[in-house]
Amino acid sequence: MRHIISVLLENESGALARLVGLFAQRGYNIDSLTVAPTEDATLSRLTLVTHGNDQVIEQITKQLHKLIEVVKLTDLSESAHIERELMLVKVKAVGEQRDEIKRCADIFRGQIVDVSATTYTVQLVGTSDKLDAFIQALTGTPILEVVRSGVSGISRGDKTLTM
Amino acid sequence: MTSQSKQAEMLSGAAMIIRALADEGVEYLYGYPGGAVLHIYDALFQQTKVKHVLVRHEQAATHMADAYARATGKAGVVLVTSGPGATNAVTGIATAYMDSIPMVVLTGQVMSHLIGEDAFQETDMLGISRPIVKHNMSVRRPEDIPYLIKKAFYIAQSGRPGPVVLDIPKDMTIPSQKFPYHYPDDVKLRSYQPKLKGHSGQIKKAVTALLAAKKPILYAGGGVIMGGASEELTELARYLNLPVTNTLMGLGAYPGGDKQFIGMLGMHGSYEANQTMHGADLILAVGARFDDRVTNNTKKFCPDATIIHIDIDPASISKTINAHIPIVGLVKPVLTEMLDILKQKKKKLDAAALEKWWQQINEWRQVHGGRYDTETPLLKPQYVIEQVSKITKGDAFVCSDVGQHQMFAAQYYSFNKPNRWINSGGLGTMGFGLPAAMGVKLNFPDADVVCVTGEGSIQMNIQELSTCKQYGLGVKIINLNNGYLGMVKQWQDMNYESRYASSYMDSLPDFIKLAEAYGHVGIRVTKPEELQPALERAFVEHKDQLVFLDIHIDPKEHVYPMQIPGGAINEMFLSKTERT
Repeated sequence: MRHIISVLLENESGALARLVGLFAQRGYNIDSLTVAPTEDATLSRLTLVTHGNDQVIEQITKQLHKLIEVVKLTDLSESAHIERELMLVKVKAVGEQRDEIKRCADIFRGQIVDVSATTYTVQLVGTSDKLDAFIQALTGTPILEVVRSGVSGISRGDKTLTM
Repeated sequence: MTSQSKQAEMLSGAAMIIRALADEGVEYLYGYPGGAVLHIYDALFQQTKVKHVLVRHEQAATHMADAYARATGKAGVVLVTSGPGATNAVTGIATAYMDSIPMVVLTGQVMSHLIGEDAFQETDMLGISRPIVKHNMSVRRPEDIPYLIKKAFYIAQSGRPGPVVLDIPKDMTIPSQKFPYHYPDDVKLRSYQPKLKGHSGQIKKAVTALLAAKKPILYAGGGVIMGGASEELTELARYLNLPVTNTLMGLGAYPGGDKQFIGMLGMHGSYEANQTMHGADLILAVGARFDDRVTNNTKKFCPDATIIHIDIDPASISKTINAHIPIVGLVKPVLTEMLDILKQKKKKLDAAALEKWWQQINEWRQVHGGRYDTETPLLKPQYVIEQVSKITKGDAFVCSDVGQHQMFAAQYYSFNKPNRWINSGGLGTMGFGLPAAMGVKLNFPDADVVCVTGEGSIQMNIQELSTCKQYGLGVKIINLNNGYLGMVKQWQDMNYESRYASSYMDSLPDFIKLAEAYGHVGIRVTKPEELQPALERAFVEHKDQLVFLDIHIDPKEHVYPMQIPGGAINEMFLSKTERT
């Protein structure tokens, strides 16, 4: 099953390498990973998407906890949460396709953020499923480049992951 | 980070390192000098509190420090230079990591401005050591050194212990650059707060389950040794009359000569220990981790047992075998709390059921009983270990290498005290034995310290015979010489129709001459009747000297019992011709 694990990490050199190394070392999957400092510059917030059975996920959270620089973590997918991913897609856009791509982007509430004589770059934000669906919807349009940020997530309601 | 008191002494980074070690109570530092650590060595030279032991290869320094930690529970300390000095220490760091041994390893590094430029003797030691340490850090500012050293000891010794590497660029130790020195009393980390006390509700639940058991077993591992809980464990076992088995790492946690002790369990465990585990309706696992050398096939593992698992590391619980009642905490306070509840309740197990269980266990004891062929004219390794156990009254520190001799030592030496059996259980590091024995002998000069080894393992760090001479380390080397890499050969006999691919060692040195060349005593033993007098000479006549006993044993011997691959814990080969 797919899990979204959110981690508060000491913002120290080597901390990220240690966390990523743990996944490689123990054969766990990383489907996506995003990381950036928080409003408290001493802390980084990291969102990690992984998959595995319950036993594997339990080991992942326990092993993450063991890392000295991991301050706190939560499995967002265990309760109500919001997840978002940002995607930039550069597509070939010539002739009639220019309108078609624009319409498709509108339907997905995407924005065209860069234009050239032969290309559009579309920015889209949403769940990973939505981004997948947009790519599917672009049938017939040559895709030149896709960049995805990986998932960021946060709990719904009063629940927070802070110090 | 460092508090700056007005009277603080001004010290260089190098001097701060040595002073911090002294303030931490470190007596010995094991290491090898080199370019990146010369400032530190110079600081070491100018004081007398911290003494340095010069090994002949950095791996030996790590094993010496590791063995000191295993014998005392306190972190051993290593100092090596950058590049090859650091990489040579890697095997020893991994050895300590796999067995959860506290160790602080100080590695030199090239100057900060050269890092990343492939400078002479530069290697990314933080990167290399990351998967095999509890934690690693580097010094960025010399004034942080006292704090970082305190933090290294705190992390290494608290919670589930392990090695910590501190990488020190050379420019952090420049003698002319001085900073106020203050050694912190303690360190608090918001991201690391190991749980100490067990959850009282869980402990009560465990006691209730334990009291309801009809076929219990106490399964104790290395956590009891490192957790200093041998006394509490023994008291609990005796209070409830529980059968006790120890893992390879746990030997000595419960007295080996006691009638409630049913031997080591697992791959080469006793018949009765493996049968008792398999048949148990309750397993009280204390500081053990259900590793693959214990469980055999996890799918067939102890089908009827309720499992109580006490461990300091939550990640060890339900990792391979699901625990019904997990208790996270230091084993010592948890066992004490269990004992208190039991004594308050004044309850014991169902006496009739327990009596029946013991009858069954005693029957199992008769089946194999550690027997081996005594009819042959050849010297048997089991007999050698029994005789060593006898002459040292089960009271020696036994430091083992890795292979058949390690298993014979585990099976046939009767460990009556904790911290006396020093072996590389998790990583299985050949070459561990001699440096380990040296580390123990240096710190316990009056004790008998034995290195049980084979002609394969001993040659992996034989250069340390020179260190032994320099520091007068009178360890007794029991070299069980069969001319083969015995454990490899055993597997080749059992699984590869005796095709001995690279397991025969031709051109062995004359170990007697070799020992003498290094200034020690060498004795060769080739017949059973020569053993006793040779041991007398080694342990009595040459009590204070290093004696290398080259003992030629039956080259065909196998270690039994041996679990059958893929089977349950209780499925074993009992000899070359018998199986369960």
